[in-house]
Amino acid sequence: MTSTAQPPPLVDALPTAEAEPPEQGGSRRRGGLTGYLLLLPATLWLLLFFVVPFYSLVATSLFDPSGSDFRGYEMTWEFGNYVDAVRDYWQPLLRSLWYGGLATLFCLVLGYVLAYAIAFKAGRWKNLLLVLVVAPFFTSFLVRTLSWKLILADDGFVVETLQFLHLLGDDGRLLATPVAVVAGLTYNFLPFMVLPLYASLEKIDPRLIEASGDLYANPFVGFFKVTWPLSLPGVVSGTLLTFIPAAGDFINAQLLGSPNQRMVGGVVQSLFTDANDYPAAGALSVIMMGGILMMVLVYVRRAGTEDLL
Amino acid sequence: MPPVQRGGRVSRRRLLKTAGGLAVGGLSIAALDLPFFDVAGAQQDPTACRADDESAGDRSLVISNWPAYIDPRKKETSTLQVFQQRTGITVDYTDDVNDNAEFYAKVRNQLGSCDPIDRDLMMLTDWMAARMVGLGWIQPLHADRVPNLHANLIEPLRGRQWDPDLSYHAPWQSGLTGIAYNAAKTGEIKSFEELLTRSDLKGRVTLLSEMRDTMAFLLRVVGADPDDFTPEQWSAAIERLREVVASGQIRAFTGNEYIQDLAAGNIVACEAWSGDVIQAQFDNPDIRFVAPEEGLSLWSDNMLVPNLATHQANAEKWIDYYYEPEVAAKLAAWVNYICPVEGAREEMEKIDPSLVDNQLIFPDADFLADTFDFMPLDDRQTTEYERDWSDVTGG
Repeated sequence: MTSTAQPPPLVDALPTAEAEPPEQGGSRRRGGLTGYLLLLPATLWLLLFFVVPFYSLVATSLFDPSGSDFRGYEMTWEFGNYVDAVRDYWQPLLRSLWYGGLATLFCLVLGYVLAYAIAFKAGRWKNLLLVLVVAPFFTSFLVRTLSWKLILADDGFVVETLQFLHLLGDDGRLLATPVAVVAGLTYNFLPFMVLPLYASLEKIDPRLIEASGDLYANPFVGFFKVTWPLSLPGVVSGTLLTFIPAAGDFINAQLLGSPNQRMVGGVVQSLFTDANDYPAAGALSVIMMGGILMMVLVYVRRAGTEDLL
Repeated sequence: MPPVQRGGRVSRRRLLKTAGGLAVGGLSIAALDLPFFDVAGAQQDPTACRADDESAGDRSLVISNWPAYIDPRKKETSTLQVFQQRTGITVDYTDDVNDNAEFYAKVRNQLGSCDPIDRDLMMLTDWMAARMVGLGWIQPLHADRVPNLHANLIEPLRGRQWDPDLSYHAPWQSGLTGIAYNAAKTGEIKSFEELLTRSDLKGRVTLLSEMRDTMAFLLRVVGADPDDFTPEQWSAAIERLREVVASGQIRAFTGNEYIQDLAAGNIVACEAWSGDVIQAQFDNPDIRFVAPEEGLSLWSDNMLVPNLATHQANAEKWIDYYYEPEVAAKLAAWVNYICPVEGAREEMEKIDPSLVDNQLIFPDADFLADTFDFMPLDDRQTTEYERDWSDVTGG
């Protein structure tokens, strides 16, 4: 086998290809095909379970809104569905982004402190702490959220303590308020923040921080000049992993909030299953996806870590 | 109605992968006229979309019902076991109906294109049953094979607008929608109006998330008749609800999880289904059920034979069996909803005399004097009203 007989390399599409030395032609060809074969299952999966349903969703969002299950739906390129969806549901749309953003911020603050402690200060407790971070995933999402209903109940100790401290009025409550919804979101998505942050922080060479001290940086300056910039990839992926599902979530709003806290996921769900208004539900879903995608692209651009995506 | 659970969730990965999807989707929109995804009407003709009845040769029957809606099936003397012994029919019973809308979504594609759903009998609430009959998804029953149904159905459940002659449905159990409150936490509540306005109840009231349940009362509150109302009256009722929700009076719109909130003290009063309240009263005698001054809404969950069912005769045997007063009493003693069978009350004397005078199981004519039903809606109205409803209940 000689390298001259090789067909043009197929490896351009593969991000890892440049690591391979060009002399080993045989292994390069095998590597190329292997790459495509490795991509095949995921591509098929995506095609079947993402592209096709998404295609159907977009089609649905453009159906004639006067259709129904009795008469069927006609494709009339009804772009007005999008206008109507924004006009009717701009409040839950904005609310979703707002609650998702707040929850992400709280997750970042709480998660950073926690990940920092695990990475640098936990010593031999490191693994145990990591298991504890993931432990809530062993119970169902729904059960965890429902148990918050017990914790925050009007007659529960949290509310009574807050009332005793006069942080809440005598008639005050936590359930069915935005506080409970954002708290639920923060709780449920915290591990998505902690794990990538930990992965980034753990890789930082502690000698770099020592070096900053040698160069007369006090601990604050050292943190902001060395630790924080090096942990940015973790911050970016953590915030994305938290924000995206949090903004789309509706279980927390439904179980812990009142009708005045409903988020867009809940609206889509009730339009689909209760109102059978498929075009409006489809349009709203596409708007939400497009909006989040745009925000994510801008964010990743500005954060300067394109290589993450 | 047994537990209502909400399904569905937004996929996380979906959002991350939108980029590729948008590109491909966009291209295909431009290039093709979106093939494969035109949605045809789901209307069927039950006289054409039917299967041959295999009941005589195949002694089996497949049933879908709500959870906890039958006496324990494994017991030797349970109504289901006795049915099997008596008829030689093997019953495949599943409790996979959790929510009318969800069940509809589950069977829509099959029934809408005349494909079998592999069930012979399913139990759905009036409005959903009416919708399916309207869509032509339900097989008519043979009146001569269900004589007990026609002889023994209680008077208040006869002559319903959507199927007055019982051509398609047989009520399985029936119930009332009214008000429940916790007497340890609040004084007596007499009317729905009080639920919506009393300031001491602010933020401690829930209403039901089924549109027809709640809006029937709102229509009554604005002076309309839920059996027959105009679009203007509907608008008035929905505006009234909008104001009440905006004022913060209503804590949530729920399925039957209201009963836990009522017991836990998170809410002090709510719109409620009768059977849930009876069961809660066993644990907490302070919980009361009231017939509001606006009246009571009477509904039933109905046995329906879907198109392409292959054991209709067996299903009709089942219906006829459960309309024997003795069997119905046995079922009612366990389920605690309103028993739809005349004569079961006398049989109950032998089973559990304490339930005989329970108005929520065997209501007398006076108690049901002022009950109402919800007007059947056509598909256009359904979509429009459900949208109004989801706008208001969803902020």
